[in-house]
Amino acid sequence: MKVLVTVKRVIDYNVKVRVKSDNTDVDLKNVKMAVNPFCEIAVEQAVRLKEAGKATEVIVVSMGPQNAQEQLRTALAMGADRAILVQSDEVLESLTVAKVLAKIVEEEQPGLVIMGKQSIDTDNNQTGQMLAALTGMSQGTFISGLEISDTEAQVVREIDGGLQTLAVKLPAVLTVDLRLNEPRYASLPNIMKAKKKPLDTKSPADYGVEVKANTRLLKVEPPAERQAGIKVANVAELVEKLKNEAKVI
Amino acid sequence: MAILLIAEHDNTALKSATLSTVTAATQIGGDVDLLIVGSGCTAVADSAAKVAGIRKVLVADNAAYDHEIAENVADLIKGLASDYSHILSPATTNGKNFMPRVAALLDVGQISEIMSVESADTFKRPIYAGNAIATVQSLDSVKVITVRATSFDPAATEGGSASIETLSQVSDTGLSRLVSEELAQSDRPELTTAKVIVAGGRGMGDKAHFEMLDTLADKLGAAVGATRAAVDAGFVPNDYQIGQTGKVVAPELYIGVGLSGAIQHLAGMKDSKVIVAINKDEDAPIFQVADYGLVADLFEAVPELEKAL
Ligand SMILES: Cc1cc2nc3c(=O)[nH]c(=O)nc-3n(C[C@H](O)[C@H](O)[C@H](O)COP(=O)(O)OP(=O)(O)OC[C@H]3O[C@@H](n4cnc5c(N)ncnc54)[C@H](O)[C@@H]3O)c2cc1C
Ligand SMILES: Cc1cc2nc3c(=O)[nH]c(=O)nc-3n(C[C@H](O)[C@H](O)[C@H](O)COP(=O)(O)OP(=O)(O)OC[C@H]3O[C@@H](n4cnc5c(N)ncnc54)[C@H](O)[C@@H]3O)c2cc1C
Repeated sequence: MKVLVTVKRVIDYNVKVRVKSDNTDVDLKNVKMAVNPFCEIAVEQAVRLKEAGKATEVIVVSMGPQNAQEQLRTALAMGADRAILVQSDEVLESLTVAKVLAKIVEEEQPGLVIMGKQSIDTDNNQTGQMLAALTGMSQGTFISGLEISDTEAQVVREIDGGLQTLAVKLPAVLTVDLRLNEPRYASLPNIMKAKKKPLDTKSPADYGVEVKANTRLLKVEPPAERQAGIKVANVAELVEKLKNEAKVI
Repeated sequence: MAILLIAEHDNTALKSATLSTVTAATQIGGDVDLLIVGSGCTAVADSAAKVAGIRKVLVADNAAYDHEIAENVADLIKGLASDYSHILSPATTNGKNFMPRVAALLDVGQISEIMSVESADTFKRPIYAGNAIATVQSLDSVKVITVRATSFDPAATEGGSASIETLSQVSDTGLSRLVSEELAQSDRPELTTAKVIVAGGRGMGDKAHFEMLDTLADKLGAAVGATRAAVDAGFVPNDYQIGQTGKVVAPELYIGVGLSGAIQHLAGMKDSKVIVAINKDEDAPIFQVADYGLVADLFEAVPELEKAL
């Protein structure tokens, strides 16, 4: 069984993003970029499936600018076998990404597609579900546990009320939550080896997909700032303030 | 213009997130129909019909929709979509699961987790863990939208008189089935609707010490939440997690104990009305958003606070 994994190039999660002064977007100039943390977990899971003899090949895909190659190389260094960069400098909305991925699924016929549940930049949480819809595949979202048999995957999902276990038919699209695994660090020899692994560069047009805007971004603003509060000296003062000033207890 | 709103419910009553979504729908404008989908969910219809602002309640009660299996629910909604200009659902884990599937089946995008309605096609939503707020306009003919419940007041549960219609069509794709569910049992208020929340972080040390917060919460009638670090360490289950990838809360009073205030955690609680932080490190970032900060060892401060209440 082939496993297809997606990785998105996003701002490093430690960086606090700033909004541009003209309110057109956030400022990503000279900002450290990285693999979306959820996608790292997806890659790790795919590599573990290969190590366990359940997957035959791990193919990693990213859509974005040319330097998204860096993130693909990271995934290759973690153990993916080959990479596809669908290069585009346009704004890629989730539906467009899902349409391209659907074509790649058609070509590669993976038994499993593993994706992040959300990207930490746009926080959309939707691309995996869209791909599942377009391909008619089953979906297991927000998973923190996975077991694979010949015909189905048992997934543990993190839901509002607790945990839910579903059996989803293969082929399936899975989106991963943070607690599924702890991704490995790529070793130096593996980083060197990754440089020689195959990386194909394609365009959305190669897949017959038109990059379409479903939305228009009108404005990006910083959130309302909270007024800095005060430090209280002790518990007694805290209780007094909560009772008499804030009036919340 | 008409809006189809997919209800969040527990087979007996509507969840408050649904009522907040009704308010968002009312702000968009037009007739609002409420779809109750599930297995054994017919009982919800009567109370739903009384909610102010609803034209019609649609009930799809079938084993195929048990636990709102996304593939089947999305298929059902796709079949209903042609009558509507907007399809809305609360941004709960259910809504987040099936709504993008609906959008792709309709060949449209989804606007995720809106926090305000600017007009019938323009909305504000948080991006980058709430560190920026984007105003986005939908260019699609049908607008598929999930709604952040804490950003809208709940609609009144009385005053409406909607008609109730039972749907007979059944979508059963056979793609997924439920194996089991492990739901948290608690007498405390739900995290997302609680007026008071006590949340703990890694500083609580271990599971046994985390239980200190239970006693404090019971005194305050509060819900208990946690950071990802506390969940990862096994102090509490996953449904306690507040933040970018957990729950979004906005209580009247949030008390954060032994947590540092990482941006991913702040993303889920910084809209709380009053924030209290108890941390022994006076430079902890949580103090930058706290209305009242207490620099203290939590193992002394929490028992003392509990006694003082
Ligand atoms: C400030 C800002 C404003 C924006 N405004 C607009 C706008 O006005 N119009 C517009 O069209 N777009 C806009 N975008 C971009 C667009 O919203 C997202 O990049 C797009 O929606 C992709 O969805 P997502 O990554 O949020 O998906 P999610 O559903 O959150 O991601 C889930 C998973 O899907 C996979 N995935 C998603 N995208 C890719 C990818 N490119 N390559 C590989 N895997 C991927 C990853 O595994 C990821 O973990 C904006 C982005 C930003 C940051
Ligand atoms: C993609 C991604 C998504 C994430 N999503 C979330 C999310 O949804 N929610 C979330 O919470 N986190 C999330 N995180 C994790 C987040 O970055 C932080 O790691 C986490 O919030 C830290 O938890 P903490 O504050 O409990 O622990 P720490 O940062 O370790 O803080 C512990 C605090 O306790 C204090 N302390 C210790 N002992 C005592 C004592 N005896 N008395 C008083 N104070 C004490 C310390 O001074 C310290 O400030 C995410 C991270 C990533 C990468």
